[in-house]
Amino acid sequence: MRLIFITLLALIIATAVGLGATWITATRGTDLGTLTIGPWTARPRTGTADVDPYSRATIARSGELPIGTGDGIAFSATTDDSKRPLDGRCDVIVSGVTPAARFWTITLYDRKGHLVANSLQRYGFTSEEIVRNSDGSFELHVASRARAGNWLPTGGIERYALMLRLYDTPVGVATRTQRDAPMPSIATAGCS
Amino acid sequence: MIRVLFAIIGGILLGGVVHLVSVLALPRIATQDAYSRLTALTTLNTVTPLPLADPSHSPMPFMDPAFAVAVCRYDLSSGSIKLTVPVSQAYTSVSFYTRRDVAYYAINDRSAGRKVIELDLMTEAQHAQLPEEEDVTAADRLIIDSPSTTGLIVLKALAAEPGMMAQAQGSLAASKCRVQTEPPAVKPSAKR
Repeated sequence: MRLIFITLLALIIATAVGLGATWITATRGTDLGTLTIGPWTARPRTGTADVDPYSRATIARSGELPIGTGDGIAFSATTDDSKRPLDGRCDVIVSGVTPAARFWTITLYDRKGHLVANSLQRYGFTSEEIVRNSDGSFELHVASRARAGNWLPTGGIERYALMLRLYDTPVGVATRTQRDAPMPSIATAGCS
Repeated sequence: MIRVLFAIIGGILLGGVVHLVSVLALPRIATQDAYSRLTALTTLNTVTPLPLADPSHSPMPFMDPAFAVAVCRYDLSSGSIKLTVPVSQAYTSVSFYTRRDVAYYAINDRSAGRKVIELDLMTEAQHAQLPEEEDVTAADRLIIDSPSTTGLIVLKALAAEPGMMAQAQGSLAASKCRVQTEPPAVKPSAKR
Protein backbone atom coordinates (compact mmCIF):
# COMPACT_ATOMS: atom_id res chain seq x y z
CA MET A 1 0.00 0.00 0.00
CA ARG A 2 2.74 2.37 1.01
CA LEU A 3 4.74 1.57 -2.14
CA ILE A 4 1.78 2.25 -4.41
CA PHE A 5 1.18 5.58 -2.72
CA ILE A 6 4.81 6.63 -3.09
CA THR A 7 5.01 5.54 -6.74
CA LEU A 8 1.81 7.42 -7.46
CA LEU A 9 3.20 10.53 -5.74
CA ALA A 10 6.39 10.33 -7.82
CA LEU A 11 4.40 9.98 -11.04
CA ILE A 12 2.10 12.87 -10.19
CA ILE A 13 5.11 15.10 -9.43
CA ALA A 14 6.77 13.99 -12.68
CA THR A 15 3.70 14.86 -14.75
CA ALA A 16 3.20 18.22 -13.06
CA VAL A 17 6.87 19.24 -13.27
CA GLY A 18 7.36 17.98 -16.82
CA LEU A 19 4.23 19.34 -18.46
CA GLY A 20 4.40 22.53 -16.40
CA ALA A 21 7.92 23.24 -17.61
CA THR A 22 6.89 22.50 -21.19
CA TRP A 23 3.90 24.79 -20.97
CA ILE A 24 5.98 27.64 -19.53
CA THR A 25 8.74 27.33 -22.14
CA ALA A 26 6.25 26.99 -25.01
CA THR A 27 4.24 30.07 -24.01
CA ARG A 28 6.97 32.38 -22.72
CA GLY A 29 9.83 31.15 -24.90
CA THR A 30 13.39 30.55 -23.82
CA ASP A 31 16.59 32.55 -24.13
CA LEU A 32 18.10 29.95 -26.45
CA GLY A 33 19.62 31.69 -29.47
CA THR A 34 17.94 35.04 -28.84
CA LEU A 35 19.39 38.29 -30.09
CA THR A 36 18.52 41.09 -27.68
CA ILE A 37 19.13 44.72 -28.59
CA GLY A 38 17.66 47.11 -26.02
CA PRO A 39 14.00 46.13 -25.56
CA TRP A 40 13.95 44.23 -28.88
CA THR A 41 14.45 40.50 -29.16
CA ALA A 42 14.71 38.31 -32.22
CA ARG A 43 15.36 34.63 -32.76
CA PRO A 44 17.35 34.53 -36.01
CA ARG A 45 17.61 30.74 -35.99
CA THR A 46 13.83 30.17 -36.09
CA GLY A 47 14.00 31.08 -39.77
CA THR A 48 16.47 28.32 -40.57
CA ALA A 49 16.39 24.53 -40.67
CA ASP A 50 18.48 24.32 -37.46
CA VAL A 51 15.80 25.85 -35.24
CA ASP A 52 16.02 24.70 -31.61
CA PRO A 53 13.34 22.36 -30.17
CA TYR A 54 12.00 24.99 -27.78
CA SER A 55 11.35 27.46 -30.60
CA ARG A 56 9.71 24.69 -32.62
CA ALA A 57 7.42 23.94 -29.69
CA THR A 58 6.55 27.64 -29.34
CA ILE A 59 5.81 27.93 -33.07
CA ALA A 60 3.67 24.78 -33.06
CA ARG A 61 1.70 26.03 -30.08
CA SER A 62 1.03 29.56 -31.33
CA GLY A 63 0.35 28.53 -34.94
CA GLU A 64 2.48 31.24 -36.53
CA LEU A 65 4.90 30.76 -39.41
CA PRO A 66 8.39 32.06 -38.59
CA ILE A 67 9.92 34.45 -41.11
CA GLY A 68 12.58 32.71 -43.21
CA THR A 69 16.17 33.92 -42.99
CA GLY A 70 16.37 34.61 -46.73
CA ASP A 71 13.31 36.81 -46.35
CA GLY A 72 14.03 38.86 -43.25
CA ILE A 73 14.02 38.95 -39.46
CA ALA A 74 11.39 39.86 -36.86
CA PHE A 75 12.17 41.76 -33.67
CA SER A 76 9.52 41.98 -31.00
CA ALA A 77 9.26 44.22 -27.95
CA THR A 78 6.89 43.91 -25.02
CA THR A 79 8.56 46.48 -22.77
CA ASP A 80 10.08 49.92 -23.21
CA ASP A 81 13.77 50.79 -22.71
CA SER A 82 13.37 50.86 -18.93
CA LYS A 83 11.73 47.39 -18.82
CA ARG A 84 8.25 48.79 -18.23
CA PRO A 85 5.57 46.72 -20.00
CA LEU A 86 4.04 48.46 -23.03
CA ASP A 87 0.66 49.82 -21.94
CA GLY A 88 -1.96 50.85 -24.50
CA ARG A 89 -3.30 53.55 -22.18
CA CYS A 90 0.07 55.34 -22.13
CA ASP A 91 1.88 57.47 -24.69
CA VAL A 92 4.78 55.46 -26.02
CA ILE A 93 7.32 56.99 -28.38
CA VAL A 94 9.37 54.80 -30.68
CA SER A 95 12.17 56.85 -32.18
CA GLY A 96 15.49 56.58 -33.89
CA VAL A 97 16.78 54.67 -36.87
CA THR A 98 16.50 51.09 -38.06
CA PRO A 99 19.20 48.70 -39.27
CA ALA A 100 19.98 48.48 -42.95
CA ALA A 101 17.13 46.76 -44.79
CA ARG A 102 15.35 47.21 -48.08
CA PHE A 103 12.00 47.52 -46.35
CA TRP A 104 10.77 47.36 -42.80
CA THR A 105 7.39 47.29 -41.13
CA ILE A 106 6.37 47.98 -37.55
CA THR A 107 3.13 46.41 -36.32
CA LEU A 108 1.14 46.43 -33.10
CA TYR A 109 -0.34 43.17 -31.80
CA ASP A 110 -2.10 42.12 -28.67
CA ARG A 111 -0.26 39.52 -26.62
CA LYS A 112 -1.82 36.68 -28.59
CA GLY A 113 -0.64 37.99 -31.95
CA HIS A 114 -3.91 39.50 -33.17
CA LEU A 115 -4.13 42.95 -34.68
CA VAL A 116 -5.91 45.54 -32.56
CA ALA A 117 -9.11 47.01 -33.99
CA ASN A 118 -9.27 50.78 -34.52
CA SER A 119 -11.39 53.13 -36.60
CA LEU A 120 -8.48 54.15 -38.84
CA GLN A 121 -7.67 50.54 -39.72
CA ARG A 122 -4.08 51.45 -38.99
CA TYR A 123 -2.24 48.41 -37.66
CA GLY A 124 1.31 49.44 -38.41
CA PHE A 125 3.64 51.44 -40.59
CA THR A 126 5.91 50.46 -43.43
CA SER A 127 9.27 52.13 -44.09
CA GLU A 128 7.70 53.87 -47.11
CA GLU A 129 4.76 55.31 -45.22
CA ILE A 130 6.40 56.71 -42.13
CA VAL A 131 7.16 60.43 -42.01
CA ARG A 132 10.82 61.06 -41.20
CA ASN A 133 12.84 63.95 -39.84
CA SER A 134 15.38 65.64 -42.11
CA ASP A 135 18.18 63.43 -40.72
CA GLY A 136 16.35 60.26 -41.69
CA SER A 137 15.28 59.28 -38.19
CA PHE A 138 11.62 58.86 -37.33
CA GLU A 139 9.36 59.32 -34.34
CA LEU A 140 6.32 57.09 -33.92
CA HIS A 141 3.64 57.82 -31.32
CA VAL A 142 1.89 54.73 -30.01
CA ALA A 143 -1.11 55.98 -28.05
CA SER A 144 -4.82 55.45 -27.62
CA ARG A 145 -5.75 59.00 -28.69
CA ALA A 146 -4.78 60.78 -31.90
CA ARG A 147 -1.33 62.34 -32.07
CA ALA A 148 0.25 64.57 -34.71
CA GLY A 149 2.74 62.93 -37.03
CA ASN A 150 3.10 59.14 -37.10
CA TRP A 151 0.34 57.83 -34.86
CA LEU A 152 -0.20 54.15 -34.22
CA PRO A 153 -3.47 53.62 -32.29
CA THR A 154 -3.47 51.11 -29.43
CA GLY A 155 -7.24 50.86 -29.01
CA GLY A 156 -6.61 51.37 -25.29
CA ILE A 157 -5.70 47.72 -24.64
CA GLU A 158 -3.67 47.10 -21.53
CA ARG A 159 -0.74 45.07 -22.86
CA TYR A 160 0.56 44.94 -26.36
CA ALA A 161 3.64 43.95 -28.34
CA LEU A 162 5.41 45.81 -31.12
CA MET A 163 7.01 43.87 -33.91
CA LEU A 164 9.64 45.37 -36.17
CA ARG A 165 10.29 43.26 -39.24
CA LEU A 166 13.26 43.89 -41.49
CA TYR A 167 13.05 42.53 -45.03
CA ASP A 168 16.07 41.78 -47.20
CA THR A 169 18.55 42.69 -44.51
CA PRO A 170 22.09 41.69 -43.51
CA VAL A 171 20.88 41.47 -39.88
CA GLY A 172 20.61 37.82 -38.88
CA VAL A 173 22.42 34.95 -37.23
CA ALA A 174 25.78 36.80 -37.30
CA THR A 175 24.43 39.95 -35.63
CA ARG A 176 25.48 40.46 -32.01
CA THR A 177 25.23 44.05 -30.83
CA GLN A 178 23.58 47.42 -31.23
CA ARG A 179 26.52 48.52 -33.39
CA ASP A 180 25.61 45.97 -36.08
CA ALA A 181 21.94 46.77 -35.84
CA PRO A 182 20.92 50.20 -34.49
CA MET A 183 17.37 49.64 -33.20
CA PRO A 184 14.93 52.44 -32.36
CA SER A 185 14.40 53.29 -28.71
CA ILE A 186 11.05 52.89 -26.94
CA ALA A 187 10.09 55.37 -24.22
CA THR A 188 6.90 55.74 -22.19
CA ALA A 189 6.11 59.44 -22.06
CA GLY A 190 3.08 59.50 -19.79
CA CYS A 191 -0.11 57.72 -18.95
CA SER A 192 -3.65 58.99 -19.11
CA MET B 1 9.71 9.86 5.58
CA ILE B 2 12.85 9.08 3.61
CA ARG B 3 10.73 7.23 1.07
CA VAL B 4 8.57 10.31 0.47
CA LEU B 5 11.75 12.31 -0.09
CA PHE B 6 12.89 9.72 -2.63
CA ALA B 7 9.51 9.93 -4.32
CA ILE B 8 9.80 13.72 -4.61
CA ILE B 9 13.37 13.63 -5.97
CA GLY B 10 12.51 10.77 -8.30
CA GLY B 11 9.40 12.61 -9.44
CA ILE B 12 11.37 15.75 -10.28
CA LEU B 13 13.99 13.75 -12.23
CA LEU B 14 11.27 11.89 -14.10
CA GLY B 15 9.59 15.26 -14.68
CA GLY B 16 12.70 16.40 -16.55
CA VAL B 17 12.33 13.42 -18.87
CA VAL B 18 8.62 14.14 -19.34
CA HIS B 19 9.51 17.77 -20.14
CA LEU B 20 12.09 16.87 -22.79
CA VAL B 21 9.84 14.29 -24.41
CA SER B 22 6.85 16.62 -24.48
CA VAL B 23 8.85 19.52 -25.96
CA LEU B 24 10.09 17.26 -28.74
CA ALA B 25 6.63 15.78 -29.28
CA LEU B 26 4.74 19.10 -29.30
CA PRO B 27 5.32 19.94 -33.01
CA ARG B 28 3.99 16.48 -33.92
CA ILE B 29 0.88 16.53 -31.80
CA ALA B 30 -0.06 20.21 -32.21
CA THR B 31 -3.45 20.53 -33.90
CA GLN B 32 -3.51 24.31 -34.20
CA ASP B 33 -0.13 24.78 -35.88
CA ALA B 34 0.16 26.83 -39.06
CA TYR B 35 -0.01 23.85 -41.43
CA SER B 36 -3.19 22.53 -39.82
CA ARG B 37 -4.79 25.98 -39.82
CA LEU B 38 -3.99 26.46 -43.50
CA THR B 39 -5.14 22.97 -44.52
CA ALA B 40 -8.76 24.04 -44.28
CA LEU B 41 -8.16 27.26 -46.21
CA THR B 42 -6.05 25.99 -49.10
CA THR B 43 -6.25 23.45 -51.92
CA LEU B 44 -3.38 21.07 -52.53
CA ASN B 45 -0.74 22.04 -55.12
CA THR B 46 -2.51 25.27 -56.04
CA VAL B 47 -1.75 28.86 -55.13
CA THR B 48 -4.49 30.02 -52.76
CA PRO B 49 -4.63 33.67 -51.68
CA LEU B 50 -5.09 34.13 -47.94
CA PRO B 51 -7.53 36.70 -46.60
CA LEU B 52 -5.89 39.89 -45.36
CA ALA B 53 -5.02 39.94 -41.69
CA ASP B 54 -7.56 41.96 -39.75
CA PRO B 55 -8.40 42.18 -36.04
CA SER B 56 -11.50 39.99 -35.99
CA HIS B 57 -10.20 37.23 -38.21
CA SER B 58 -6.71 36.32 -39.26
CA PRO B 59 -5.60 32.92 -40.50
CA MET B 60 -2.48 32.90 -38.30
CA PRO B 61 -1.20 35.01 -35.41
CA PHE B 62 1.54 37.59 -36.01
CA MET B 63 0.79 38.10 -39.71
CA ASP B 64 2.22 41.24 -41.26
CA PRO B 65 -0.79 43.34 -42.41
CA ALA B 66 1.38 45.17 -44.98
CA PHE B 67 1.69 42.01 -47.07
CA ALA B 68 -0.54 40.18 -49.49
CA VAL B 69 -0.03 36.48 -48.77
CA ALA B 70 -0.76 33.40 -50.83
CA VAL B 71 -0.02 29.79 -49.94
CA CYS B 72 0.68 26.71 -52.02
CA ARG B 73 0.30 23.62 -49.86
CA TYR B 74 2.31 20.99 -51.65
CA ASP B 75 2.55 17.22 -51.83
CA LEU B 76 5.50 15.97 -53.84
CA SER B 77 4.50 12.30 -53.86
CA SER B 78 3.13 12.51 -57.43
CA GLY B 79 6.01 14.55 -58.84
CA SER B 80 8.11 17.69 -58.45
CA ILE B 81 6.56 21.14 -58.37
CA LYS B 82 7.28 24.08 -60.61
CA LEU B 83 6.68 27.44 -59.04
CA THR B 84 6.55 30.75 -60.90
CA VAL B 85 5.96 34.00 -59.08
CA PRO B 86 5.96 37.32 -60.94
CA VAL B 87 7.74 39.99 -58.92
CA SER B 88 5.56 42.81 -57.59
CA GLN B 89 6.61 46.46 -57.55
CA ALA B 90 7.94 46.71 -54.02
CA TYR B 91 9.11 43.43 -52.57
CA THR B 92 8.25 39.80 -53.14
CA SER B 93 9.48 36.77 -51.25
CA VAL B 94 8.92 33.04 -51.33
CA SER B 95 9.42 30.96 -48.16
CA PHE B 96 9.34 27.19 -47.84
CA TYR B 97 8.15 25.35 -44.74
CA THR B 98 8.07 21.66 -43.93
CA ARG B 99 4.98 19.87 -42.66
CA ARG B 100 6.20 20.73 -39.14
CA ASP B 101 6.50 24.47 -39.88
CA VAL B 102 10.30 24.58 -40.12
CA ALA B 103 11.40 27.34 -42.51
CA TYR B 104 14.04 25.56 -44.56
CA TYR B 105 14.45 28.00 -47.42
CA ALA B 106 13.46 31.54 -48.33
CA ILE B 107 14.29 33.71 -51.30
CA ASN B 108 13.37 37.28 -52.23
CA ASP B 109 13.03 39.02 -55.58
CA ARG B 110 16.50 40.55 -55.42
CA SER B 111 18.33 37.32 -54.72
CA ALA B 112 16.31 35.67 -57.50
CA GLY B 113 17.49 38.54 -59.68
CA ARG B 114 14.73 38.38 -62.28
CA LYS B 115 11.29 39.70 -63.04
CA VAL B 116 9.85 36.28 -62.33
CA ILE B 117 10.95 33.97 -59.52
CA GLU B 118 11.07 30.49 -61.03
CA LEU B 119 11.97 27.39 -59.09
CA ASP B 120 11.60 23.66 -58.98
CA LEU B 121 10.78 21.97 -55.71
CA MET B 122 11.46 18.28 -55.33
CA THR B 123 12.39 15.73 -52.73
CA GLU B 124 16.02 14.65 -52.46
CA ALA B 125 15.14 11.33 -54.10
CA GLN B 126 13.55 13.08 -57.08
CA HIS B 127 16.58 15.37 -57.36
CA ALA B 128 18.90 12.36 -57.40
CA GLN B 129 16.88 10.87 -60.26
CA LEU B 130 17.42 13.90 -62.50
CA PRO B 131 19.68 13.05 -65.47
CA GLU B 132 23.21 14.48 -65.36
CA GLU B 133 22.93 17.01 -68.18
CA GLU B 134 19.82 18.40 -66.52
CA ASP B 135 21.90 19.14 -63.45
CA VAL B 136 24.42 21.12 -65.53
CA THR B 137 21.75 23.62 -66.43
CA ALA B 138 20.91 24.02 -62.76
CA ALA B 139 22.59 27.44 -62.84
CA ASP B 140 19.61 28.96 -64.63
CA ARG B 141 17.14 26.62 -62.98
CA LEU B 142 16.82 26.93 -59.26
CA ILE B 143 16.21 23.53 -57.70
CA ILE B 144 15.19 23.29 -54.08
CA ASP B 145 15.24 20.07 -52.10
CA SER B 146 12.34 19.65 -49.73
CA PRO B 147 13.19 17.70 -46.57
CA SER B 148 9.58 16.50 -46.30
CA THR B 149 7.10 15.28 -48.94
CA THR B 150 4.43 17.72 -47.82
CA GLY B 151 4.77 21.32 -46.72
CA LEU B 152 3.93 24.91 -47.42
CA ILE B 153 5.18 27.49 -49.90
CA VAL B 154 4.29 30.99 -48.71
CA LEU B 155 4.32 33.78 -51.28
CA LYS B 156 4.36 37.33 -49.97
CA ALA B 157 4.13 40.65 -51.77
CA LEU B 158 4.59 43.92 -49.91
CA ALA B 159 2.07 46.70 -50.27
CA ALA B 160 4.32 49.57 -49.19
CA GLU B 161 1.23 51.78 -48.90
CA PRO B 162 -2.36 50.59 -48.34
CA GLY B 163 -3.29 51.70 -51.87
CA MET B 164 -0.81 49.24 -53.33
CA MET B 165 -2.53 46.21 -51.80
CA ALA B 166 -4.63 45.45 -54.88
CA GLN B 167 -1.51 45.47 -57.03
CA ALA B 168 0.35 43.17 -54.65
CA GLN B 169 -2.57 40.75 -54.59
CA GLY B 170 -2.75 40.89 -58.38
CA SER B 171 0.86 39.88 -58.83
CA LEU B 172 0.38 36.94 -56.44
CA ALA B 173 -2.78 35.90 -58.28
CA ALA B 174 -0.68 35.51 -61.43
CA SER B 175 1.72 33.08 -59.75
CA LYS B 176 1.52 29.36 -60.39
CA CYS B 177 2.37 26.23 -58.47
CA ARG B 178 2.02 23.09 -60.57
CA VAL B 179 2.91 19.43 -60.29
CA GLN B 180 5.10 18.21 -63.11
CA THR B 181 3.50 14.85 -63.69
CA GLU B 182 5.77 13.64 -66.51
CA PRO B 183 8.79 11.68 -65.31
CA PRO B 184 11.85 13.92 -65.00
CA ALA B 185 13.81 11.85 -67.55
CA VAL B 186 11.78 13.09 -70.53
CA LYS B 187 11.61 16.64 -69.29
CA PRO B 188 14.79 18.08 -70.92
CA SER B 189 13.58 17.31 -74.47
CA ALA B 190 10.17 18.72 -73.63
CA LYS B 191 11.71 21.87 -72.22
CA ARG B 192 14.19 22.67 -74.95
